[in-house]
Amino acid sequence: MIFNGVSGLLDEMDRKIVRELQNGLPLVSRPFKVVADKLGLSEDELIGRVRIFIKNGQIRRFGAALRHQDLGFTANAMVVWDVPEEKVAEVGRAMADFEEVTHCYQRPRRPGWPYNLFTVVHGQSRDECVKIVEKLSRATGMDRYNMLFSVAELKKSSMRYFE
Amino acid sequence: MRVALDTTDRKLLGLIQAGFPLVPEPYRTLGEMLGVSEDEVIGRIGRLIENGVIRRLGGIFDSGKLGYHGALCAARVEDERIGEVAEAVNSFSGVTHNYLREHYFNMWFTVLARSREELEEIIGSIKERAGIVEMMILPAENIFKIRVKFDL
Repeated sequence: MIFNGVSGLLDEMDRKIVRELQNGLPLVSRPFKVVADKLGLSEDELIGRVRIFIKNGQIRRFGAALRHQDLGFTANAMVVWDVPEEKVAEVGRAMADFEEVTHCYQRPRRPGWPYNLFTVVHGQSRDECVKIVEKLSRATGMDRYNMLFSVAELKKSSMRYFE
Repeated sequence: MRVALDTTDRKLLGLIQAGFPLVPEPYRTLGEMLGVSEDEVIGRIGRLIENGVIRRLGGIFDSGKLGYHGALCAARVEDERIGEVAEAVNSFSGVTHNYLREHYFNMWFTVLARSREELEEIIGSIKERAGIVEMMILPAENIFKIRVKFDL
């Protein structure tokens, strides 16, 4: 794990910055100055810390998170794959390379649940999702899988960190 | 709901999904890139937030790198109890995503917590409050991809 403060831990100011930056950047001419003033930092110090967060990967991305259903990506399926243990990393990376795959995780198998690789695919329709998955299957040679289409989104929110 | 976006909106969304300018006057910079005024950029982003296209503008964090622990939970919920169970599950702030899916395990939600111990505690409380009997807890062992950016 990577930390920012001199002590080797996320310092209190880092946590405060996270708290502020999850609230939404103000829509004013100098948004970083507004946030910096609240935190008792200079505008430059705040921008500098944000850059460090990005460099360390603690901020994966700075900008807009979109609600993709409104943009026409209406169907999504969680596709779970039963991949031989020694191939998981290779297959996981191969699937991750596909643009249509938005998430790709390795997770543990469970009794009655043989699947250890989880991907999420987004498409304009169910049929498109099926075609994407067939393509993934052909490309990786993995043919033991299950598609779990989402029927309803019950919650989607951004995590509130350090609150 | 589909929202009508014009070319400038699309270009703007493309820019601010990944390359939001980290400069003192970011909206002015975006305006210069798009050939519109700073005020127009601010107005457009405000509208896109209002009509729900933009969920949030700011930092998108890596929970693991902030020291958080998470798991995907897959619960079996009887059809007639979905509403009340969803309400109970969603009432936990550490539950960020919850989807109903076509499977015997039909409710899939993610939980985030500050430590492994807290994660276990929260999952225990969720099960109890929501009255969930059958559930798999699936922490990520490896992350090959999280993409949060869409081509427009």
